[in-house]
Amino acid sequence: MVDRQTKALLWKIAFYAAVVVVMLPTVFVFYWMISLSLKPQVEATAFPPHFFWFSVTLKGYADVFAKNPFLLYTWNSLVVARGCTLLAKLVGLPCAQWRQRGLALAILVARIIPGISYLIPWYILFRNLKMVDTYQALILTHLVVGLPIVIWVMIGFFEDIPGELREAAMIDGCTDYGAFWRVAVPLVKPGVVATGILSFIFSWNNFLFSVILAGRNTRTLPIAVFNMIGYEEINWGPLAAAATMITLPVVILTLIIQRHIVTGLTFGAVKG
Amino acid sequence: MANPVEQADVRRYAPGPEMAGGLGAWASRFTHRNARFIFPAPAFLVVALIIVYPVIYTGWMSLQEWFASSLTAPKFIGLSNYQKILLGDPRFQHAFFLTIWFTVIAVSAETALGLGMALLFNREFWGRGLVRTLSILPMMATPTAIALVFVMMYHPTLGVMNYLVSLVGLPLFKWTYSSASALYALALVDVWEWTPLIMLIALAGLAALPKEPYESARIDGASAFQCFYLITLPLLRPTLVVAILFRAIDALKTFDIIFVMTQGGPSNASETINILLFNQAFSYFNMGYASSMAVALFAIVMGASLILMKVRRVGW
Repeated sequence: MVDRQTKALLWKIAFYAAVVVVMLPTVFVFYWMISLSLKPQVEATAFPPHFFWFSVTLKGYADVFAKNPFLLYTWNSLVVARGCTLLAKLVGLPCAQWRQRGLALAILVARIIPGISYLIPWYILFRNLKMVDTYQALILTHLVVGLPIVIWVMIGFFEDIPGELREAAMIDGCTDYGAFWRVAVPLVKPGVVATGILSFIFSWNNFLFSVILAGRNTRTLPIAVFNMIGYEEINWGPLAAAATMITLPVVILTLIIQRHIVTGLTFGAVKG
Repeated sequence: MANPVEQADVRRYAPGPEMAGGLGAWASRFTHRNARFIFPAPAFLVVALIIVYPVIYTGWMSLQEWFASSLTAPKFIGLSNYQKILLGDPRFQHAFFLTIWFTVIAVSAETALGLGMALLFNREFWGRGLVRTLSILPMMATPTAIALVFVMMYHPTLGVMNYLVSLVGLPLFKWTYSSASALYALALVDVWEWTPLIMLIALAGLAALPKEPYESARIDGASAFQCFYLITLPLLRPTLVVAILFRAIDALKTFDIIFVMTQGGPSNASETINILLFNQAFSYFNMGYASSMAVALFAIVMGASLILMKVRRVGW
């Protein structure tokens, strides 16, 4: 007969073993991405694979920069994602404050509409305006993924601000505009930061819109990496290095706002 | 919204808008009265330009035949494109079947695994925060980068997946490199990315469940399985359906990983509607037909959402 304490301990060990097993695939894919990026060519494609002991080289990273204008692509991604985020905040915050249920609903329907059905009209429109391969076209179209997040998540944040605060500001001589940007927005700053980062990540990750609307000059990172697949074949070091470098900023930003991510992904339907 | 009396008070005592004269004052008075229309106006404008206009245009274009040429104008052909989709295009029917099948296997695996993980993690334990953090990473990481990593992991002779498979003693797979397994290999990537979302939503749902039913069930001598099946599952169902709804909407529209990893191949084995439509539009520039497929895909996603929303209200 096993006594109670031993039994509890065994349960605890079994529980933690289960946790490790369940989380292993998640960790492994990221680990494998980073380890491939650090391995020399021979070891990256060694079979059986080298899991823990391998020689470390930064040649993969050096190759990425040597063979591609990777800094330009990074800059493009930054400009587009930053532009999209700023515009989404500028346009989305006032909208969230004056909860326009109709518009919010329209934007939820926009979430259901397949992204690709916007792409055909955009492509024709921007081609006619000679705007394919411009930052403006990319920023505007990325708003489709950035704006809904800002509006839907911020509605929840603005609802928590008592209306008296704004009225007080207006008694003190603020205009509606001033009361909104100087009083209401600073009060929901955590939400603004979180939704800003979320829309930044969504724009940064976007592949579908950029693959058609970005050109030689405005190519963003996901497209650049996709193009590398053809060239590099099984030269895996640079591929994994590029993948790691795209993912790293996202991981850092994700860690900053992790509390808000489930709320953001479900449009406020689930409070994470 | 403040109540009307309060607002009237503000107007009377406020030194700003109402009292002063002149054009500037008139403007700020006008802004104040119509604030609820003026503030959201830019958003309306943007939404009209980047969402409403394309949607209407797609609907109109779906009735035309046009190969994106500037020399010939679009030709109005009525509902012929839709007729072709419904009756005469085996490739679309194949894509339709693949899209549904991909969604069904991916989302059901995600739901089962996600719910299981949520039940496991639904307690206080050391490292809970870390588990949460790790779970968020797959869904936020750039899909293109993840797809790329899986391309390397799935390599039939040099990839780590086949090594792991051989360790367990299973026969080797060709993953995305064979038409028999490509769709399942892609679904596995989707499962890896999105199971955590269902887990986190279910976890939030579990945390909000009342304690009383469990206490009385225990007094009545219910087993752990009975508790789960008769209490947890029915109470959690609304939350779970919301999670499935979000996942199903996105799974039906999956594009990035399929396009990066297989581009619909090998031999159309993973050509979902999204991929077929993309190629029709941007490889063959068959804009009219592609637009009608976009409308069809929207109808499918909308239909699936409506069914799931109905499931949420009705009993099992």
